[in-house]
Amino acid sequence: MAIVSNTPGLSIETPAGPLTTSAHHPVIRFLVKRLAVGLLTLLIASMLIFVATNILPGNAAVVVLGRSATPTVLHHLEAELGINHPLAVRYLSWLGGMLHGNFGQSAVAKAEGRPDSAISFTLGSPLADSAILAGLTTLLLIPLTLLFGVLAGLFARRKLDHVISVPSVVMSGLPEFVTGTALIFIFFTELNILPPIALLNPGQSPFSDLKALILPVLTLLAVAVGSGVRQVRAGMIKILQQDFIRFARLNGIPEHRVILRYALRNALAPSVQVIAQNLQYLVGGIIIVESVFTYPGIGTYLVTAVTSRDVTEVQAAALVLAALYIVINIVADLIVVFLVPKLRTAIS
Amino acid sequence: MNTAVLPRRRRARWPELLAHDWGGRIGAILLFIVVGVALFGSSFAPHGSTVTIGIPGLGPSPGAPLGLDFVGRDVLSRTLDGGRSTLLLGGAATALTYLVGVTIGLAAGNARSLVDPVLMRSVDVVLSFPALLVMLLAVTAFGSSRTVLVGAAALVLFPGVARIVRTATAEVATKAYVEAAVASGERAIAIIRREILPNVMPPIVADLGIRFSWSIILIASVNYLGLGLQPPTADWGLMVSENRGIISTNALAVIAPALMLALLIVAVNLVGDAYVRQLGRSKSEP
Repeated sequence: MAIVSNTPGLSIETPAGPLTTSAHHPVIRFLVKRLAVGLLTLLIASMLIFVATNILPGNAAVVVLGRSATPTVLHHLEAELGINHPLAVRYLSWLGGMLHGNFGQSAVAKAEGRPDSAISFTLGSPLADSAILAGLTTLLLIPLTLLFGVLAGLFARRKLDHVISVPSVVMSGLPEFVTGTALIFIFFTELNILPPIALLNPGQSPFSDLKALILPVLTLLAVAVGSGVRQVRAGMIKILQQDFIRFARLNGIPEHRVILRYALRNALAPSVQVIAQNLQYLVGGIIIVESVFTYPGIGTYLVTAVTSRDVTEVQAAALVLAALYIVINIVADLIVVFLVPKLRTAIS
Repeated sequence: MNTAVLPRRRRARWPELLAHDWGGRIGAILLFIVVGVALFGSSFAPHGSTVTIGIPGLGPSPGAPLGLDFVGRDVLSRTLDGGRSTLLLGGAATALTYLVGVTIGLAAGNARSLVDPVLMRSVDVVLSFPALLVMLLAVTAFGSSRTVLVGAAALVLFPGVARIVRTATAEVATKAYVEAAVASGERAIAIIRREILPNVMPPIVADLGIRFSWSIILIASVNYLGLGLQPPTADWGLMVSENRGIISTNALAVIAPALMLALLIVAVNLVGDAYVRQLGRSKSEP
């Protein structure tokens, strides 16, 4: 499932905002504008997350203690979790805490009297594990997307194109849990060469059991590469029909040079956006892939928190994921602007 | 191209589409079969979909050709029954997506005021969240019910439709025939219905396949995570996850629902792609 929104990105109509910086250089102005819009989006996102997690009647204290809790005990826990204040007050204190790296206390852990109830403490390890999973996927994702996309574009409507494109179309359309389950069936049930789960002991590094990472990475790759290949292929076909390619060929420039120096270079800029979309996809895709393989990352953390209605944990994980999503989008826009000189004049 | 010829209405004709396009043809046949199974399969089910009939995880037998699931229910009966929720919830979410998306797109595209930027910026906010995260937040906020699943999927998907409709509307709204209709004092509703809507239809329909398959995937994924439809409901997404533990004893309990889901999505995408190809063809030919 490669559901990636095409956020406004480079569209020139992005609201300027009343920025009166002295920066006159178009790229710097674009950068400042883009960062401002990004920060504003993040702020709105944090509000929406906070409101959404506070809509449900029966707060965390009720959920944790059960409906039969005595009013005194309930009141005590509410005060301890700070959920007896009005919504706006709680939002501001929550946001303030976030800015100081204080993600609050896990409501469930606190009620159960566990010592490790601080979320900034419990969130670190899942986040690192997810980063490793996403990092490994990215390392393979970029070369594979470009290689298959360019090849399919060069051999458009020929055999090699079909061999690449047909599986890409199928893979990019399937939900991760279907692909993941199919891989488990093939490599565990039938061949029995790879483990079906990637469970780690507390404190265990994902690198200590690389074999367990193969299937989660493959699942993410299947979806992300599949959708990326289609777009890079389309971009490549479009470039190859341009006049400057025809003229380069007519000038007798060797074909490999035409492709490497002329076509590929121009196909690269749109590809950066395609790859950025795929990285954004990973932020969402990791949620379900981690669940399929019970990998202890941020996705599993979020799903567990939603299941146990641990509101503070949901807020923290959701905000981290939303922030990553927004940051990737901004970085991608900046890279594209630096790669394509034409856009630098367009944005001024 | 002869410029004197008025541009024809760009419409893909379905029979033509299926006669010339292998992808579309295969997709249509697959879609017909899977939708048939999803809608009417339960009346041919040999057993009740929530009845325990034997040992959990038992392999295929004459009485149960696909074996039994993790609590001993007939996998064939549950697979025949589990597509209805997938199809209907996905269909409802798609319908709601278009209802909201087209309304907002038309309003923004026609408005020559602050309404346009305000609407489109609010739409952008939704796009700054990963899709599945929106679904999970919706479930956290409103609990797991069919209404929440449909509403959340529509919330994720309507911005795309709104954008497409807004762009197409803004383009048409400045055309002379629209100006003429405005000048002759036609009511806004009539202008939208007669002049604008027919022109924004092709891009809307071209997108239908993708939105429908995304609706199905989003809802199935939430069901898979156990945060959507609750047991003992028979649902393809839920069945894949609840039978994970018995994949070694009766893999069919996982494969049957997963395969049906995969076939449905591939079929929808094939038909959608064929329509887009047809649209492109009729656009390039005068």
